[in-house]
Parts: sequence; C-alpha cells; structure tokens
Amino acid sequence: MSEMQAWDADRAQARIRELEHLPGALLPILHALQEEFGYISSDAAPLIASALNLSHAEVHGVISFYHDFRHAAPGKHVLRICRAESCQSMGCDALIQHVEQRLGVKLGETTPDRSLTIEQVFCLGNCALSPAVMLDGEPYGRVSPGVADFLIDSSTRPQ
Amino acid sequence: MSVKIYVPRDSAALSVGAEGVARAIAREASLRGVDITLVRNGSRGMFWLEPLVEVETSLARIAYGPVSREAVPGLFDAGFFEGKNHALSLGPTEEIPYLKRQERLTFARCGIVDPLSLSDYIAHGGYRGLQRALTLTPEDIVAEVTNSGLRGRGGAGFPTGVKWQTVLGAQSEQKYICCNADEGDSGTYADRMIMEGDPFVLIEGMTIAAIAVGATQGYIYCRSEYPQAFRTMQRAIAIAYESGYLGANVAGSGQRFDLEVRLGAGAYICGEETSMLESLEGKRGQIRPKPPLPALEGLFRKPTVVNNLITLATVPIILDQGAEYYRDFGMGKSRGTLTIQLAGNIKYGGLVEKAFGITLRDAIYAFGGGTATGRPLRAVQVGGPLGAYFPDSFLDTPLDYEAFAARKGMLGHGGIVVFDDTVDLAKQARFAMEFCAIESCGKCTPCRVGSTRGVEVIDRIIANRNRTQNLRLLDDLCELMTDGSLCALGGLIPLPVQSAIRHFPEDFDKPAPTSPELLLRTETLPHGTHPRN
Repeated sequence: MSEMQAWDADRAQARIRELEHLPGALLPILHALQEEFGYISSDAAPLIASALNLSHAEVHGVISFYHDFRHAAPGKHVLRICRAESCQSMGCDALIQHVEQRLGVKLGETTPDRSLTIEQVFCLGNCALSPAVMLDGEPYGRVSPGVADFLIDSSTRPQ
Repeated sequence: MSVKIYVPRDSAALSVGAEGVARAIAREASLRGVDITLVRNGSRGMFWLEPLVEVETSLARIAYGPVSREAVPGLFDAGFFEGKNHALSLGPTEEIPYLKRQERLTFARCGIVDPLSLSDYIAHGGYRGLQRALTLTPEDIVAEVTNSGLRGRGGAGFPTGVKWQTVLGAQSEQKYICCNADEGDSGTYADRMIMEGDPFVLIEGMTIAAIAVGATQGYIYCRSEYPQAFRTMQRAIAIAYESGYLGANVAGSGQRFDLEVRLGAGAYICGEETSMLESLEGKRGQIRPKPPLPALEGLFRKPTVVNNLITLATVPIILDQGAEYYRDFGMGKSRGTLTIQLAGNIKYGGLVEKAFGITLRDAIYAFGGGTATGRPLRAVQVGGPLGAYFPDSFLDTPLDYEAFAARKGMLGHGGIVVFDDTVDLAKQARFAMEFCAIESCGKCTPCRVGSTRGVEVIDRIIANRNRTQNLRLLDDLCELMTDGSLCALGGLIPLPVQSAIRHFPEDFDKPAPTSPELLLRTETLPHGTHPRN
C-alpha cells in the first residue's frame, strides 16, 4: 500500500475543491480523502460541510453510514477477508480463526506494530475461487491458511 | 509475424496469479526472441482453469490452463506460441464443452476481445445495436425491449420495457440512466466480469437506454470492492468520449449522453435501487419508500431508469438481433438467457450463460461437476444472501423466476452457492440475520430491530433454551419482517432463515454445543456498530 500522508488541512481542502462541483459530490470527496490519508479525519467534516453547504451532522451521518470510511488510520497494509456465504462454504471461518490466532488481533483491528489491519468484507466477487481475500486492493483466491501466512509474512516483514 | 497471446486481467484470474504469468510470458518471449503481442482480455468464466492463457493460431484460439508462472518456460519449450501440444493444453477454447454448451448472448465478447480496444469491440459486432437504435423512434426502441421479454436481471425480474416506457412518458428537462453495479450478493460476479471484460457493451446499452427515454446523463454505481472493474470502466468511458461515442454528439447523432462511474462505499443496502440513488446524491444510503417510483422521481427527483448491469448489457444484442431473436430463448415468462454463476463449494465454478429453464441439477452437476471437496451436496443457496436454502431434493427446479417463487425461493441474479454436508443450516440462518443487522439501513423498524432480535432468538435455539417456543417466536418475527419491512433486505431475509428451518429441521434440533466453538463468532453486535468502528 502506498505511504499515506499525515492529515493536512490544506491538502484536504485542495482535494475537496477538485471535486465539490460534482453533483452528489460527497462520496467522491470522502473516497479522495481516504485515498490521501487512509481514513477520514474528524477535522475533515467541517471542511466538507462548508464546501458543500451541508450541516456538520449531515456529513458525519454519511461518513458513519458507510463501512468503507475509517475513523482512524489503518496499518501499513490492509487485509480484507470475505465472510460471505460462498466463502463460508469453503471454510472462511477457519481461515479467519487462523489469521486472528496467528496475528493475535481480531477482524477490525490492527497489529500492535501497525503493519497490518485485518477487516471483514462481504463478497469480493471471486466466488468461484473461494475463500477470497484482498491485500491492499489486490485480489487473492483459493486462500488456504498457508497462502494467508504467505500474505501476512509479506506484509509484516520489517523493511 | 507477431503471435497474439491472451492472459486475462479479470480479478478472479489475477487472484490466482495471472499478472505473474503475463510478466513471465513477456520476459520469456523477449529472451527467446519470439515476437508476441500480449492481450489482457477478460475471463471466459471457467475459473478453475485460470490463469487461462490463449494463443491465436490461423485455425483457432488454443487454450492452456491453469498456467502458473513456473510453467511458462516449459510452454515455450513445447512451442505453445504456435498452438503446439503441452500437458496444460486444452485444445481450441471454443471446443471446451463447458463453453460450447452455453448460449452466450450478453457475454458474447467477454474473454474474447481486448476490453479496452474499441476497434476490437466494433469488429465483434459492437455498436450495431446503437446504430439500429438511432434509426428508430424512442417508442420503437422501447417496444423492441418490451417485446424481447427482457426482465430486470438484478433479482426482482421487473419487465425492463415497462420501466423504460414510464420514463419515456415522464415530462422533464432532465432524465437519468443509472446502472446498478453494486453487485453485493455472495455468489455473483457477472457484473464484475462485464466491467472488466467487455465494458463497452455496458456503455452501449446505457447509451441506447438514454436515447430511448430522452436522458442525457448516466451514472454507473460500482461497488468499491471491485477496484479493477472501476478502473477498467473509467478507462473505457474515456475512450468512448475520445471516439465520439459519448458526449455532445453520440455517434454523430446530434444527441448528448454523458456517463460517469461512481464508487460505492461498502454498504450492501446500496444495491437496493432507492438507496443507490440516495448514495449517488451523496447521502446516507437509506431507502426511500415507494411510491414515488424512481422512474418518475429518481435521481435528484428526476425521472430515472435504474437497471441492473446485466440488463443494460443485454440491450445491445436485443437491438442488434431483434426482439424475437432474444425472446426465442427461455421458458414461460422468463425469456432470453440467464447468467448463471456457479460458486462456493463447486468443482468447476464459473459463468454459465444459458437460456432460462435448465435445472439446478444440470447447472451444478453437468456444468459444475459437483462439490469441490468431493463430499455430498447438502444445500444450495440461490439468489444471494436473501435467497432460500434448497435441499438436494429440490435440484430438479428449473432456473426460471416463477418456478423458484413457487418453491418459496428466489432466482435473483442467478448466483448459485453450493454447500457440502459439513454445512450447519442453523449457523447459516443465524448468519442471515447477522448480515441483515450489519447491513440494515435503519430506516424501518422490522429490519433494523428485527434482525438483531433474530440473531438473539436463533442463538437461544442453538443453545437449546426453550427451543419450541423460540422457534415459534422466530417464525412470528420472520412473518413480521416479511410483511412490515420497507425493502427487500428486511423483507426477504426470512427466506434463507425459514427455508433452513423448513428443509433442514434436524440442524435446529441438535444438543446445545458444549464447546464455545460454534458460538465463537457469534457475539451479538449492538445495532449499527460495525466491528471496525
């Protein structure tokens, strides 16, 4: 995953300006900010609210509605593991248990060294090759515990 | 002469190493001085064979698969770039029985063309549908779609032509075409395959819809779990603009159509059409009560066609070949083809486009080859997380909207998830309620509160606490959710729950688990809290 920038109000303001003219600009703006900083800082909501002429509460309501938008910075890498039915039929519960035990963190948490965040996701559209995961936006199919270990090793190795 | 070699850039192919294979082929070719042109196509949809590499010869395209990076030097040694034999050789791609037995109309080009080559698209029959549409009146285009019998492929199965007619008849300065590409149902990936493998067919379908109803702006709402599809769609749209197929003067017709692809943000409910419209407007994806219909008051309260991606991607062939050609496929009121997606515990998982009417058994065994684990099949969930669980005694049900409804099931988007005999249907029923609790938009009480109560009741049933009374309570709750929810999420989640109880009662009649294993992942979440928050 690319190195995230630390929160920077000027940079955020610039990204907001690029997109504020779009009809229904709020989601594109939130995606842009998360791409830039890895999460949506609580400082972002007032900037967006003022640019789009919305109330602070409306912006906060949208941020909190969608599972994608994070409220805190994730680890350096993000591993998303599918928990939906197709992957269940191929043992994703055991896979998740393996990953959680190996890392000592639960879905939705980040390893203490902040190298890896693991998250649940409901369907990656790779259901003929279940169980499926996504590491930093790259898809992996037929993920055995061994493959998961390999992905974890490659993300947590000190560089 | 340069040899064309195809290595898919479809997400599923990438997930099993297609990128490494493509790089290895390029490197090996350059080392050996073999002149090749690498084409990154979509997938043919035979995922157990991915990465499936194809070589174009003077006679046919020859397939090799599944190819690993390590196998590439051996393939060159064997002369695969001339279509020669190798242990991974599968013969001419079109002759592979899995493909040969299909009727590919919507997917006619997927996996064959270079997804980002407009000339390839046109050479394979692309934009003929639009050319014909431009010679027709809007009423005639709509009539063509109506007469084809095309029904919404997102799951509800509403006649597409009727929806278009409503938008055509609405008076407004601004109308919209919205493509629902929020393919959140587990077991489905057809939308993704089209966006990654044949994006121009969607652009063409939306353009035809726009011209038919008088819309000038379109949006594709693509789920964020599909980054590869999103990028491919963005690039295809840019190419269509550069070539005059989008913009102020579509294909020289003097008509305007602008198109943009937008990203969702991980909310399953945004696959519901009114939630999707709210989300496109930049709001919480909470559903709107209907009426008003989106056809009359849709995006920004203007008349809007909201169609599923496969529906829109099927429009070009209907306009090109005519309504009758399409209608001649299928059975009963389900006309044309269904894009069956074989998923889960299945040996040969993949996309099977067939006329409506083949049985579930044929799909799972004649195409899918049974379970991947080789264990007996015990349950099948068709139509995504809101679809019923069927036992093997239901496998002779034909894939047809009405036949599924008659068995209290739902054909939905055509996704089929297979489970072997290790499945625990009580656990699946619990998951259905848990999923509903996580994904409920919160607008209506039956769904918002009912789903959390449902998890709790099923936990008590599993733990054998007042089992008989709690089963009755669950049934009552399901009835209330079915009748009282505003949309299909709360309204249909009882389908998997009640079908599990009806067809697999033994799974709800086991001794309470002695180990905490079964309840390991089952800590009840307070409503609205996502584990991430």
